[in-house]
Amino acid sequence: MASASISPIKFHAPIPGTLPAPERELRQRFLKEAEVVPGGDRISQCLQCGTCTGSCPVSYAMDISPRMVIALFRAGQIEEILRSRTIWICASCYMCTTRCPQSIKITDLLYALKRTAIDAGLYPERFPVYLLSRNFVRIVNRYGRNQEMLLLLFYYLRRNPLGLLRMLPLGLAMLRKGRISLFPKKIKGIDAIRKILGASKELELPREKGTVPYTEGAVGYRAVG
Amino acid sequence: MEYIYYPGCSLESAGKPYDESLRAVFRALGIGLRELEDWNCCGATMYMSVDEALSMAISARNLALAEQAGFRDLIAPCSACYTVLVKTNRFLRESPELRAKVDHLLGQVGLQYSLSVKVRHPLEVLVNDVGIEAIASAAKRSLEGVAFAPYYGCQIVRPERGFDDSEFPTTMDALFQRLGARAVYFPLKARCCGGMLMTTFPDVCLQLVKDLLECAVENGAECIATTCPLCQVNVEAYQKKVNKTFGTSYEVPVMYFTQLLGHALGCSEKELGLDKNLVAWKAPGAVLAA
Repeated sequence: MASASISPIKFHAPIPGTLPAPERELRQRFLKEAEVVPGGDRISQCLQCGTCTGSCPVSYAMDISPRMVIALFRAGQIEEILRSRTIWICASCYMCTTRCPQSIKITDLLYALKRTAIDAGLYPERFPVYLLSRNFVRIVNRYGRNQEMLLLLFYYLRRNPLGLLRMLPLGLAMLRKGRISLFPKKIKGIDAIRKILGASKELELPREKGTVPYTEGAVGYRAVG
Repeated sequence: MEYIYYPGCSLESAGKPYDESLRAVFRALGIGLRELEDWNCCGATMYMSVDEALSMAISARNLALAEQAGFRDLIAPCSACYTVLVKTNRFLRESPELRAKVDHLLGQVGLQYSLSVKVRHPLEVLVNDVGIEAIASAAKRSLEGVAFAPYYGCQIVRPERGFDDSEFPTTMDALFQRLGARAVYFPLKARCCGGMLMTTFPDVCLQLVKDLLECAVENGAECIATTCPLCQVNVEAYQKKVNKTFGTSYEVPVMYFTQLLGHALGCSEKELGLDKNLVAWKAPGAVLAA
């Protein structure tokens, strides 16, 4: 009789040197993102020592530890990483990056993974961090500066309207102290920001978004990039 | 001496007292601080999650404007802005591909940036350019009797190994000890407060904030001095929530380091925005003999 699996990560029958097509596509996207990070290629030097996981103040809340992220990348299971909450829970304190004996830019690589996940449309619906990031980008594109109150308002309305009510006492206290700016104002150079924005879209190669289907194909452990 | 000043979005709202006290400190020391004309958001950690080249271009616009205005040192008091701007400089220097893209994007709006602007944190400028001794001789009040926890947070000491140790920085300790205050033993001085996780994963973040408060209080701190607007909000404004969640009863004043410094330099409570803090700080009154 088959016993229940202990590990949350599924074990696939290895076919050396091969990766299923969706995995290969994700891998290429990720490597493209990681290429831009200075020293991004140091990921191949990982010793699996676990210093990153031990240094991380939030690793206890992650489903895949930072060390396992690199192990999974090597095992050709990027999709597992992109579907985890690990990449989104990182608070960018850079402790892992500073301590890594192999100088791997772990925090920056997690950013690269986030961008890969967004690009491929692989994140849970209405996921808090993505929601916050997207609203932040919208506000900055519109006003040129972030407006804390608008950001939190948009966020809570989409995510959890009741949460807004719970934030009210704190919001009022901050308002009384003059620490909330109520009226967003645009910077003069907002047209410049928008122009930069428009021009950056032209730089991107056209890509279909969210085309990677979730599959459970075979993964080759030798297929390390 | 005149520096160009990049306040950052936080210092316009929740971090208003940081902005006020920073200006007051520089005024008291007679150092020029000119706000960067029409600055925009640096992109913070959020923009970077969505698009890298674009986030670099947006933050490089500020550096290009500072360069155009003829300044070499830009002061960024917010830790997130500081890290992002420093990182922009480094990435542009080290990644030719990114540099080409950003140059192209800035060119679209008639700007160019030749990497000549150095991004600096006010704490480092005060200690290295002005000097602790010069500050001490300008002091009007003693900080005798103030037991504080020096809280640096993550992003001014990491990832760039900039002006202080990345795990056990001491710049602020030295500055305030010279002015009479006592820095308590605070091993979590460079630990993360969770930043924006307070909004996205509050359970995780409240735990981090509770650890910080516990460590500071157990070691005898009566207040916490911080260098980051995000840390200040998380540790100060969410204390009530921490108390409710963990059954504790913390009521620790959390100040921007410029408020503490400004007090020593003789600035008024109003100038320093001390009346805007949620947990009031009882300032020591000792006046130094001239």
